[in-house]
Amino acid sequence: MIRLNTTEELEELRQEILSRRDPEKPCISICAGAGCLASGAGEVIAAFRSEIEKHTLTVVVDIKGTGCPGFCERGPVVVIYPEEICYLQVTPKDVPEIVSKTIIEKQVLDRLVYVDATTGEKAIHEYDIPFYKNQVRNVICNNIKIDSKSIDDYLAIGGYSALAKVLSGMTGKEVTEEVKKSGLRGRGGAGFPTGKKWEGSRNDPEKTKYVIVNADEGDPGAFMDRALLEGNPHSILEGLIIGGYAIGANEGFVYVRQEYPLAVVNINLAVIQAEKYGLLGKNILGSGFDFIVKVHQGAGAFVCGESTALMTALEGKAGEPRPKYVRSNIKGLWNKPSVLNNVETWANVPIIINKGADWFTQIGTESSKGTKIFSLVGKITNTGLVEIPMGTTLKDIISKIGGGIPGGKKFKAVQTGGPSGGCIPEEQLDLEVGFEELTRAGSMMGSGGMIVMDEDTCMVDVARYFINFLTDESCGKCLPCREGLRQMNKILTNITEGKGKEGDIELLEVLSETAVEASLCALGKSAPNPFLSTLRYFRDEYEAHIREKRCPALYCKELIRYYIDAEKCSGCMICLKKCPVGAINGEKKKIHIIDQEKCTNCGTCFEVCPARFGAVKKISGEPLPSPVPEEERIITR
Amino acid sequence: MDIERIDQIIEKHQGESSSLIQILLEIQSDNHWLPKEALERVSEKLQVPLTRTMHIASFYKAFSLVPKGRHEVHVCMGTACHVRGAKRVLESLEDYTGIKPGETDAEMKFSLETVNCLGCCALGPVMEINGKTHGKISASKTADVLKSYV
Repeated sequence: MIRLNTTEELEELRQEILSRRDPEKPCISICAGAGCLASGAGEVIAAFRSEIEKHTLTVVVDIKGTGCPGFCERGPVVVIYPEEICYLQVTPKDVPEIVSKTIIEKQVLDRLVYVDATTGEKAIHEYDIPFYKNQVRNVICNNIKIDSKSIDDYLAIGGYSALAKVLSGMTGKEVTEEVKKSGLRGRGGAGFPTGKKWEGSRNDPEKTKYVIVNADEGDPGAFMDRALLEGNPHSILEGLIIGGYAIGANEGFVYVRQEYPLAVVNINLAVIQAEKYGLLGKNILGSGFDFIVKVHQGAGAFVCGESTALMTALEGKAGEPRPKYVRSNIKGLWNKPSVLNNVETWANVPIIINKGADWFTQIGTESSKGTKIFSLVGKITNTGLVEIPMGTTLKDIISKIGGGIPGGKKFKAVQTGGPSGGCIPEEQLDLEVGFEELTRAGSMMGSGGMIVMDEDTCMVDVARYFINFLTDESCGKCLPCREGLRQMNKILTNITEGKGKEGDIELLEVLSETAVEASLCALGKSAPNPFLSTLRYFRDEYEAHIREKRCPALYCKELIRYYIDAEKCSGCMICLKKCPVGAINGEKKKIHIIDQEKCTNCGTCFEVCPARFGAVKKISGEPLPSPVPEEERIITR
Repeated sequence: MDIERIDQIIEKHQGESSSLIQILLEIQSDNHWLPKEALERVSEKLQVPLTRTMHIASFYKAFSLVPKGRHEVHVCMGTACHVRGAKRVLESLEDYTGIKPGETDAEMKFSLETVNCLGCCALGPVMEINGKTHGKISASKTADVLKSYV
């Protein structure tokens, strides 16, 4: 690899890479993101390699393991260029046919393309699939186009041109002003204006400064930062170098959680590649600007996603937050001015520099500019990563892009903002997504987790789940968070177990208020949100649990009973064989009965009873129907 | 775990005390747990009080201060998996192995852990055994999966 000494040399290299590439040359891109790998993409890639070799096509066809395009529901995803044919749920068995039909004979295999479940219409290209069609993909769009382990691929799509633009003709102040003008706000949670944060650090007289990527994506159910870091690590690196230049920092850090092994590998590789080209190191592109990047692995602590805790962890200590009387952009890592931004925020920076702040401000709402990637998961037809302009309604995200709720179930709520966020009910689905809008509804933007819940989800249990999570993750520094959450967890657990009593709700409210008022960091301050928002919209569920010992969603184990509907049971013995405690009595063609004394409410029978019978039933808060008399148990149907 | 290997890891990080967490992570990944001797060696070499090393080893979830079983079972308890029934999956694993999260069985066969999100929510509920992902798992299927691990 050559070291690039000027911006012109970078441009020459780009042209050289492009001249070596034939846009008409067939290329098979296979998503090698974590979701697709888990559903077998590794085997698919291997199958393509050996099949292409078998047909001696290695020279004329490229194969690429790319980043995640977001449609995890239908993974492994394969896109064939130049036609951009998109095949879904590809298995190694499909590979020989794809090579012989699509690559060689240029035919589309109908059985592997997207078919709309309602209209039956086929979509051959990615951009025709409703899941993608209704998105605006400015940040995540390049994931499927490039090999995430190749810097040349990134250069080929214009990578590092924003860095070149900055280094060759903009002062740090101008860069900061441009970002400020764009109205970009932090994508990690609080939505602090990025340019303003940069400006604070920039103006500080201290010589040593730092820039940091927060890739400690701890929100359960959120994985957009992972997809970006795995799929397009250079875009984040480019943003970080620009940020370093803007504020006058010569050292940057990427704090990435070790639970994302592929992201750790790819970002480390990206740093090495950028160093070799001289895009990191001394005198970058002849500008006189020096900048190095170190990758630091997190060791598993949710609280380290909080900025001051993360910086403490970077110093090699236990990640506990500290008070922010002085903001970390003035006194952060090793007490020096430190700009910490989330992965997605950094990924937006090169785009803003290239296309300009004026272009960026055209997208989004008055106070929330640009696009945001959400991780749409839970009880939703199309699980995946969704990038939409700020201001899109929740309804559009869930029904147009997400394809609604599977299994004919009824929508109940959507949870946003991670563990400290809140649940938004059906009547608020017209809400436009934005920082202030979500906060007003009692939730928050957070890092972009969006978990859809249907009628089978118990909202009291959801509150218990999050409070339990946060109790576990509280670092223990502040009493209202450490002890208060523990008590809230106990009370909520009691309610879900049918041991709730009058006064519990009020007690929870008092504990919430204390945690909000008297905790040091955002973890404690926002921890009661899951309880407060579910109480606000689903108070009736709390009251049913406490007063009637009834779980309306039929979820809480201690409050439900299972029984077999005599009219529907066909005496097939499946549940009887699967019951782990031998609680089901019956024989072939004899109506089965659950022995309530033995039953542990594990739900296995409910799960294994074939859907065509649907004979196992759940009830809560009402008496069990009386059992069938012995003489009527023989099935004659 | 032999001292030489520990020293190698420390040297790789130039013996810097700010690399304490990174060093412990490497030892953990090599040895699957942090024996007392390893913690003492690291403290000594980096000139960090053992109390601080212990603080870190007990604060972060990635570290284990007890030996692990041959097969590490991680059950995802992330929100997406939770609403799709992860709790029941966990209960069935507890029943099968006879251990609770954080524990290892007497034969050192299985170690059970819960994790907060593995990031493959489309496959939820998910569990991971020795790094291999098992997606769309249900409580009634867990026993069959575990049987294949001896």
